Amino acid sequence: MNAPVKSLAPPAGITAPSWLKRLYNTLLQSVLPPLVITAALLLIWQLLCSGPNASLPPPSQVIEDTWELIVNPFYDNGGTDVGMAWQLLASLERVAYGYALAVVAGVALGVLVGQSTWAMRGLDPLFQILRTVPPLAWLPLSLAGFKDSHPSALFVIFITAIWPIIINTSVGIRNIPEDYRNVAKVLRLNGVEYFHKIMLPAAAPYIFSGLRIGVGLSWLAIIAAEMLIGGVGIGFFIWDAWNASRISDIILALVYVGVVGFLLDRLVLFVGNRITRGTSA
Amino acid sequence: MSKHYLSIEHVEKYFERDGVSSHVLNQINLNVDRGEYISIIGHSGCGKSTVLNIVAGLTDSSSGAVILDGREVRGPGPDRSLVFQNHSLLPWLTVQENVALAVDKVFKRTKSKAERRDWTLHHLELVSMGHALHKRPSEISGGMKQRVGIARALAMEPKVLLLDEPFGALDALTRAHLQDEVMRIQSELHNTVMMITHDVDEAVLLSDRIVMMTNGPSATIGEILTIDLPRPRDRIALADDPRYNQYRHAVLSFLHEKQRKVEPLGARRSAAAAQPDGKQRARA
Repeated sequence: MNAPVKSLAPPAGITAPSWLKRLYNTLLQSVLPPLVITAALLLIWQLLCSGPNASLPPPSQVIEDTWELIVNPFYDNGGTDVGMAWQLLASLERVAYGYALAVVAGVALGVLVGQSTWAMRGLDPLFQILRTVPPLAWLPLSLAGFKDSHPSALFVIFITAIWPIIINTSVGIRNIPEDYRNVAKVLRLNGVEYFHKIMLPAAAPYIFSGLRIGVGLSWLAIIAAEMLIGGVGIGFFIWDAWNASRISDIILALVYVGVVGFLLDRLVLFVGNRITRGTSA
Repeated sequence: MSKHYLSIEHVEKYFERDGVSSHVLNQINLNVDRGEYISIIGHSGCGKSTVLNIVAGLTDSSSGAVILDGREVRGPGPDRSLVFQNHSLLPWLTVQENVALAVDKVFKRTKSKAERRDWTLHHLELVSMGHALHKRPSEISGGMKQRVGIARALAMEPKVLLLDEPFGALDALTRAHLQDEVMRIQSELHNTVMMITHDVDEAVLLSDRIVMMTNGPSATIGEILTIDLPRPRDRIALADDPRYNQYRHAVLSFLHEKQRKVEPLGARRSAAAAQPDGKQRARA
């Protein structure tokens, strides 16, 4: 009985690189497949667009054309002729303002609608109709109202991101288990205590799924809005490139837009997971 | 004015749903003395949980009153702390934080921060949960969760402790263990306890008196059985005790013989078949 027990303890030389092995497994399982697929798709693209009559440039051409933009993301020649990093940051800044406003207003309205049956009956039909209005449809109206492109862009972000935040928050509030409400009643928690000790943590998973949808939508909306508004920003950069027939620049910008959108989504997911740790028990 | 610590006087309850009113509780009268351990037993749907919720203040009675320590009960409060069947700990708080939430609220003015902390830890020690202070409810077993729920309820220093089928969701071994713990704690603290149960052994083992409720609709108290067994009680020794078995027999015969006759349609049906019938009517 003794021998097999002893043999279970591995020599120190094998345990040491166990983290290395885990890293290797992670690479194999989650990094390798997308790399292979991407490489295959790039290859197909390259083959399809290499002919003399191709209307779009192949990837090798794109990299060649945009090499200056890739290696110099921070140049600044004044006006709208600035590096890709500045373009992206300008768009991100707009999203940050508009989204922050949407978060505050959306959570507040969501709490109201979730808590009060009367508010829900009154506001919910309105929300259901307004949320189907496409973001860009708001732009002319907001330009007319604000008479300036900057607040109009912020408004478009705000109005795009707010609906999923309101709706998810209110669902989260309405789904707070009766038990938690009873605990609050027995303890005689007042409104403020109930709000931050029971309501927010209990609804947090729902709120964060709303926030995640909201950030994705606002990134979608800002690109479109900037195309019409102009100025520095990745949306207008794309439009400008189209007008100057710089197709390779458009493709580079699309890659950046996709990556930034992905990172925004992951950021909200990460924050949400940190905050709602343990809520689903 | 009654000289009893807790008295339930002429409590009636009607539930209204879809314009149809149903009479759930009929003339509930019960007096409980300080330090007494009362169990309420009855078939499911007989309204025993409604009685407890009325005492807790979570449900209003249609008429009648609940008087605790000379004062009429109005709405829920920490002087009547509840242990729920499904523990209802807040999953985002640790074990210690769950109890501290209650302690900090109830003793905000009367205890210093350090005293409240000690009070919290003391009650977690009392239920033998001192080793898992920083665990979250999802990381501990069902029995442990129920211990924390009991610690939270005890830490509020309630005038009456209300237990709503506290061991119902636990496996038989864990349940027995927790029942022993509750008996031990009860012998130390002498709380006034009101427990809902559908487990006959549990009722006989733990209680000073067992309140047996008739089936709904219009449920009321059928019989009250005084359990005159010396404490501390030992489940193994009692298994052979003739008095213990007499008490068990009395409760069983109430539940399965007398109550079957009261059921208007259930005279020839089994109790199990008649049961959902009664429940439907109580909630209709």
